[in-house]
Amino acid sequence: MKAKIWGCRGSLPAPGPENYQYGGNTSCIQVTHGDTCIILDAGSGIQRLGKFLSPNIQEIHILLTHLHIDHTMGLGFFLPLYNPQVKVHLWGPSSACEPLLNRIRSYFSPPLFPVRMNELPNHPIIHELSNEDFMIGEVKIHSEYICHPDPTLGYRLTADGAVLAYLPDHELQLGSFDFPNDPEWTSGFEIAKSADILFHDGSYTAKEYSGKIGWGHSSVRDAIAFAEICKVKKLAVFHHEPTRSDEQIDQMLKDALRNRKLTFEVEMCAEGSEYDFEMAIQRTKSADLI
Amino acid sequence: MPAQPLELILARQFGDCLCIPFFLVDPEGNLLFYNEAAEGIFGLKFTDTGGMRVEEWTTVFKPTDSEGNLLAPEELPLVQTLTSRRPANGSFYIDNIKGERIKITVSSFPVEGRPNRYLGAIAMFWKSAT
Repeated sequence: MKAKIWGCRGSLPAPGPENYQYGGNTSCIQVTHGDTCIILDAGSGIQRLGKFLSPNIQEIHILLTHLHIDHTMGLGFFLPLYNPQVKVHLWGPSSACEPLLNRIRSYFSPPLFPVRMNELPNHPIIHELSNEDFMIGEVKIHSEYICHPDPTLGYRLTADGAVLAYLPDHELQLGSFDFPNDPEWTSGFEIAKSADILFHDGSYTAKEYSGKIGWGHSSVRDAIAFAEICKVKKLAVFHHEPTRSDEQIDQMLKDALRNRKLTFEVEMCAEGSEYDFEMAIQRTKSADLI
Repeated sequence: MPAQPLELILARQFGDCLCIPFFLVDPEGNLLFYNEAAEGIFGLKFTDTGGMRVEEWTTVFKPTDSEGNLLAPEELPLVQTLTSRRPANGSFYIDNIKGERIKITVSSFPVEGRPNRYLGAIAMFWKSAT
């Protein structure tokens, strides 16, 4: 299993020279395993990913954590949706009343977007998810509702014994009792436990979080505490605020790690990074990606 | 032990904030959490007991009628909710740990998560005038 980051910014794309290192595109991770192509979220990063996919690809699975705009805004610009040779599956969270198809349609319609879903050459195949296990190719996936406003899933992908956990938008303090001391009562624990790599929301500093309780996001400090109770091997902090520069993101990590001794690696996730799980999560950065 | 679903985690958070006695049970009736206000009625502290299996906590909490006759389980609102997955309401008496007979009114309702996942029930208690 391999993973490539095409966007790890939160809320809004943030292009600009001050964001060269971590990138400006919103949530999108490509996961490949053999011929299986899975894309986690369809933020603005998926537009660029669409240009780099193999012309021979026939089937793509897009797993949406939720339908907030920074996780869906790239869908209409994803070229394979306009290729009749490609079958695209859209997976996403069930809500209490409205079918997933109707909720995605509201994006594919004026005034938000000029092309309607039924005008695409192949109508995407919609799959509604809640707390469940399923397979895509040889990849086992566990989905589970997590603490974030509106129906939101976390995903755990397992292949060949390697585990990738993805919780890009997740408020730990609100979704936990006595955080971080009780894993049984902590949202997302089943998704992240013992993962080889955890991509987790770390939008704020601890000080900023105190003024943003209930907005659905976590501080870097909480993300580290969560990774610690989950006993992950590596934490990649995700969902960087659009106003944050590379320099500020580096400083956030330095501050959060000050006087801490951890048994796992922590990094701020960067667009263009690649992770190879067959090589014990080697991280590389492709210079041509940004 | 597997982690609890989000809906129960948030329910516990909510119950913990209330000054109204609050019970949270799983679909089998096992007591997952009771708050500080419920400790006064229950006569036990959650920090001491933690969660309790159904056969354990029902022996502590003995509901009776005004004459002190034990009530059948199906007469209790929480049991009705657990079996029917519908809200229920009722009044009965309990003897607390100090031996005092208290009349309480209970409202219970099911916890159903998206999409129609039955996860347990919540019961909230009020002390009634006898």
